[in-house]
Amino acid sequence: MAKQKGIPVEGTVIEALPNAMFRVELENKHVVLAHVSGKMRMHFIRILPGDRVALELSPYDLSRGRITYRYK
Amino acid sequence: MIAIRTESELDLIRQGGEILRDCFRLIEEMLRLGVTTGKLDRVAEEFIRSREAAPAFKGYQGYPASICTSVNEQVVHGIPGPRKLRDGDIIGIDIGVLYEEFYADASRTYTIGEVDEEAERLIGVTREALELAIDKARPGNHLSDISHVIQTQAEKYGYQVVRALVGHGIGRRMHEEPQIPNFGPPGRGPILKPGMVLALEPMVNAGTYEVHALKDNWTVVTVDGRLSAHFEDTVAVTEDAPRIMTR
Repeated sequence: MAKQKGIPVEGTVIEALPNAMFRVELENKHVVLAHVSGKMRMHFIRILPGDRVALELSPYDLSRGRITYRYK
Repeated sequence: MIAIRTESELDLIRQGGEILRDCFRLIEEMLRLGVTTGKLDRVAEEFIRSREAAPAFKGYQGYPASICTSVNEQVVHGIPGPRKLRDGDIIGIDIGVLYEEFYADASRTYTIGEVDEEAERLIGVTREALELAIDKARPGNHLSDISHVIQTQAEKYGYQVVRALVGHGIGRRMHEEPQIPNFGPPGRGPILKPGMVLALEPMVNAGTYEVHALKDNWTVVTVDGRLSAHFEDTVAVTEDAPRIMTR
């Protein structure tokens, strides 16, 4: 089964939502809904509004993403 | 991090691969006019379970079936159902198994009845692209050497490789690092080492590389409606020749 290729982008968290979802503003000013990758949850990496994060967008639905990294 | 597998782990993946190989043999015998894709799914699931393995796709991110059956303009992830195979169809069959905590994944594209020359050629080019890709799975090569050879092969015949989906590392999970695009320049990405296990899977379109997902959120089709072919094997990088686990 082929893997969906994530489209890597960067953005800033603007709002923390329930269920570990976040609203993230991308560099191009688009706002997407993002969840946190399993690996980041496993390592208890906290994400707060204002944090810069790397995320992957789904190639099919560019309004949703997956946060893969939080910059210091 | 790309996982490095021990010999005993590789052996488990190979045993899963043998189940896959036998499953494909069974499916091949059933491929004829009028058979439904749902029937293929049921037979494959029953067979995999009879060998004390599990169909890896079932329930994967909510996927509703055990195998993927992608007919004609469907690229990958076609959901089996009441559709009957007709004369001139091509069908990509993708199967994954979970055996003793390790995954193996493979895909083949078949012709049904009399297909036109163009379809035969597309399938041949895609199969050859997989062979060339496997030959690049050697220690010291860069990951993107695999990507590059697939793209070069496809474009040599005027075809295009799908961008939105990629091959992948495989082992304790179905999709592990790295992502393996079927396109790109050579000499980039991680250097391959013995013990890495990769699912290499060229997806080649007769027309444009652009694809989109249908409303079921799974079935990926070409946007221009032209044919697409897909071959995949799970391959281990070793000190000597690449070891194909799924044949």
